[in-house]
Amino acid sequence: MKLEIKDAPGQLVAALKPISEVGGNIIAVIHQRDEKQRGKMLSVQIVLELPEQRLKDLTRLIREQGVNIQRIGHERLLYQKTVMVIGHLIHTDLGDTVDRIDCTGFAEVTELNISMPAITQVSSARLLIKSVNREDMEQAMAILRRVAKEKDFLLVEPLEEIE
Amino acid sequence: MKVAILGMGSVGKGVLKMIGEKDLDIKVTAVADSKSALMDRDGISIGEVLEAKRVHGFCGDKSLNAMEVVTGADYDALVEVTPTNANTGEPALTHIIAAMDRGHHVVTSNKGPIAREFSMLRSIAREKRVQIRYEATVGGAIPIMHTLDQGLAGNRILAIFGILNGTCNFILNRMADEGLTYEQALLEAREMGYAEADPTYDVKGIDPAIKLVILANTFWKKTVKLEDVEITGIDKLTNDALRLAEEQDCTIRLIAEAIPDRGILRVAPRLLPISHPLVVEGTFNAITIETDMAGEITLIGKGAGSIETASAIIGDLLYIRDRHEGSHSKTA
Repeated sequence: MKLEIKDAPGQLVAALKPISEVGGNIIAVIHQRDEKQRGKMLSVQIVLELPEQRLKDLTRLIREQGVNIQRIGHERLLYQKTVMVIGHLIHTDLGDTVDRIDCTGFAEVTELNISMPAITQVSSARLLIKSVNREDMEQAMAILRRVAKEKDFLLVEPLEEIE
Repeated sequence: MKVAILGMGSVGKGVLKMIGEKDLDIKVTAVADSKSALMDRDGISIGEVLEAKRVHGFCGDKSLNAMEVVTGADYDALVEVTPTNANTGEPALTHIIAAMDRGHHVVTSNKGPIAREFSMLRSIAREKRVQIRYEATVGGAIPIMHTLDQGLAGNRILAIFGILNGTCNFILNRMADEGLTYEQALLEAREMGYAEADPTYDVKGIDPAIKLVILANTFWKKTVKLEDVEITGIDKLTNDALRLAEEQDCTIRLIAEAIPDRGILRVAPRLLPISHPLVVEGTFNAITIETDMAGEITLIGKGAGSIETASAIIGDLLYIRDRHEGSHSKTA
């Protein structure tokens, strides 16, 4: 996100403090001093990780500090799950398998590691799937289960703790 | 306490051996195997019976059989440890019902009758005011039933998940550690005596599913059946998949899980971090119980073996004796 803060001591800290209050993690702070055309204001770009559903709280808290939010960039996909898929992955159109997740728009396969021992044998693949939140991930997994059934894959899902 | 033992396989022999060696105040008044039986209200000689079985292949009088022991012998508790028949539960089911009808307690390691006819057996036990205990059916030596019934009494069980089949655990360990193929690891498991000649029940996940049914019937306030469990075995797993898992500090284990609130009853290979408490070595079993008060509890122990299973049987017998003090003859 891009913030506009007063060019005065303590202002940057005041703008960043709410991030830790909502449990966020600052990945980068880009401080651009040459954008001084706005007088005594300074633009700062912040790249951060936030727990799900906390963006609204964060923007409110930052505004309460008297900081103007100029722009909020892309929400990146932070919820992730690794699964294994075993079967005739190539002969059953691997592109289509990946596409079924990607085309949802709310989840995507961001990594694919595959091992293909021989043409007649089954392949094994590790997929990293990312989504914005848990509900989307559940839907993506439901799609993957359907695809696995349809294409006769063995799908190995992670064991998750009960909350 | 007087007990009659049906079945002289690995479990029956282990129970006899331990009753013979340890000062448990348990007297064996009858034994039966598939070919013969022996009864003596003053107590049989355990050493002689074990020796007869070893030398001749049967334990007693060929004109007597197990059912005659159930209906004719003098005992407080029947130890039913004949081989499991998962389809019908027989002949164990008939033995168990007949013993309870006579007003005797039953302790069994036999999964068939407990998984198939649990609610019927429980209502007969209530009606006849006897105990039916089956600690040895799940998790070998792990006292999972005692933990659920007594140790965690008053807790709400939110979930149970774990490794309930030592054979599959061994195979997956060997595939992960040595890069063996599934077929190679299965052959090795057979050579080590961990897998049956027909390993279907283990590797297709049916055995852990039966155990999951027994667990669910114990803690879940509804009757579940084997058909209610979603089952995926390990026979389609590849060592490549295990290697790909390991690249992420993970491994694959056959996990049985029951989550009442979500209606989940499932046995399937799952990805777990290598550091996870359920990632146990060899033929070990491991069970995690999630509860409302106690939080998470994980039990790890030997999932099979003659003496290990005898531990579970004897624990049940002594529990019954201590709960029903006075109603049984002291043998000391």
